[in-house]
Amino acid sequence: MCYSRRRSPWLFHMNGGSCNGCDIELIASLTPRYDAEQLGVRLEGSPRHADILCITGPVTHNAVNAIKTVYGQVCGPKAVVAIGSYPATTNVFIDSRTLDGPLNLHLPVDVFVPGCPPRPDAIIQGVAKAAAILAERAAKKLPANPVVMPLVGPPCNGACCAPTNKETTEVQS
Amino acid sequence: MTYKIPMGPYHPALEEPYKLDMICEGETVIDAKLHIGFNFRGIEHLAESRNYIQVIALMERVCGICSNIHTLTLCQAMEQLTNQTPPPRAQYIRVVVAELERLHSHVLWAGIAAKLMGFKTMFMTCFEIREKVMDVLQAISGNRVNYSMNRIGGVNRDIDDPLAVLAMIEQLEREMVRTVIPIFTTSTTARSRCAGIGVLTNQRAISCGTVGPTARASGLPQDLRRAAPYAAYSEMEFEVPVQHDGDVRARLLVRALEIMESCKILRQALTKMPSGDINTGDAKIVFSTGTATSRVEAPRGEVMYSVSWKENSRNPSRVHVRTPTFANMPAIRWMVMGARLADTPLIQASIDPCYSCTDR
Repeated sequence: MCYSRRRSPWLFHMNGGSCNGCDIELIASLTPRYDAEQLGVRLEGSPRHADILCITGPVTHNAVNAIKTVYGQVCGPKAVVAIGSYPATTNVFIDSRTLDGPLNLHLPVDVFVPGCPPRPDAIIQGVAKAAAILAERAAKKLPANPVVMPLVGPPCNGACCAPTNKETTEVQS
Repeated sequence: MTYKIPMGPYHPALEEPYKLDMICEGETVIDAKLHIGFNFRGIEHLAESRNYIQVIALMERVCGICSNIHTLTLCQAMEQLTNQTPPPRAQYIRVVVAELERLHSHVLWAGIAAKLMGFKTMFMTCFEIREKVMDVLQAISGNRVNYSMNRIGGVNRDIDDPLAVLAMIEQLEREMVRTVIPIFTTSTTARSRCAGIGVLTNQRAISCGTVGPTARASGLPQDLRRAAPYAAYSEMEFEVPVQHDGDVRARLLVRALEIMESCKILRQALTKMPSGDINTGDAKIVFSTGTATSRVEAPRGEVMYSVSWKENSRNPSRVHVRTPTFANMPAIRWMVMGARLADTPLIQASIDPCYSCTDR
């Protein structure tokens, strides 16, 4: 049973007020180039069929109740993957009065996939990690802390350190 | 007897959270109500507390599909306030990135529309080809979604070898002609799901104030790249595809033809790219008091930014955004009236809605 949970995690994707960037990358990770289906990953239309809840976006006022309801509808054992920097820190939208983020104020998050947006390979890695947690959880061995994934992507060539990005980090700190 | 079917806000047919209440009589939709606001992040208010460098990074995250268009429009407005003119090479690079974005957005829309038709093979094919557009964008900017290419007075990164990019574009165009365009135009599966549904008449398109491909599919030949050229569009030769049927198939065809026009513009921009600087340098930026507006043709239609600034201030006093979905949204009501319930997900997707732009 643990084996099958690890090898066929079904996802439910929820947009908690994101900019669409992470949502597209999540869909891109399911398509032929990245092919998350090789890990048995499938995007499900109903939370009741899903094992892993993938949440993007900084959790707006209007989305927070829906997110809690959907989390309640996912059958246990379940895992939550926060995709992108928005659910982790609310990123550039910090100080906004219409946000209720970050996500871990409302739900226990198992895996944070950082990036704005994360690359599809990073999302797949995060989902694989969540599937392993799911299997462990099914065997009643609960992980103590959420796991933070390392960044996946091409090595930095200095291009990512453009002035705009520097200013963004300042806003966060 | 009429009854109400709510669709959304979290529904497998919707990419983004919004709610469509359909008033039905049997299988026929007689009216629809659209509720938005689930993505409201208060970006316009946040922009007032960010300085002129931070506001570009903030506005890039209004939308993940047309992120470049938002910074381009904002930077053009801020350039008016600071009296800066980007060098010609920067104008060309802006055109290249904007057209690549249009390509990826249209192919993405084709994929989503195919998924809603139940044509999963076409969805996978479209996304595979979209990855090739993303490769080109990544080669140019280093990023897949938020490119951070624009700055006040030019662009951040140069295209070192336009001819290498041109080779990638040509390969991409071959793939488009071989697979995506025939599926769009001649496939009977696509035709049987799209022809004659969700009709928006020319008159209705004018009264709703629609923009972009939605308007062009209803016979309105409007395109800001032609009507009010910005960046280097005045030097490009291209056509504005217009269809007159106003149904979902017409919108599909307009986008398919626009993909070909985008390839044409890209080829011209990359071969004619002048040499020189890519921005106006790191001199101190001084804003003058006033309001500047800028309009740009995004993949979905016209985006307008109105930016107000006070002299000696680091922050804008107001940034107002008008997005194309805001203009196209009321048309959904007229499109779904009289349609079958099963067609409504495809009809509402046919305007290529982007509610994270609209809610902000």
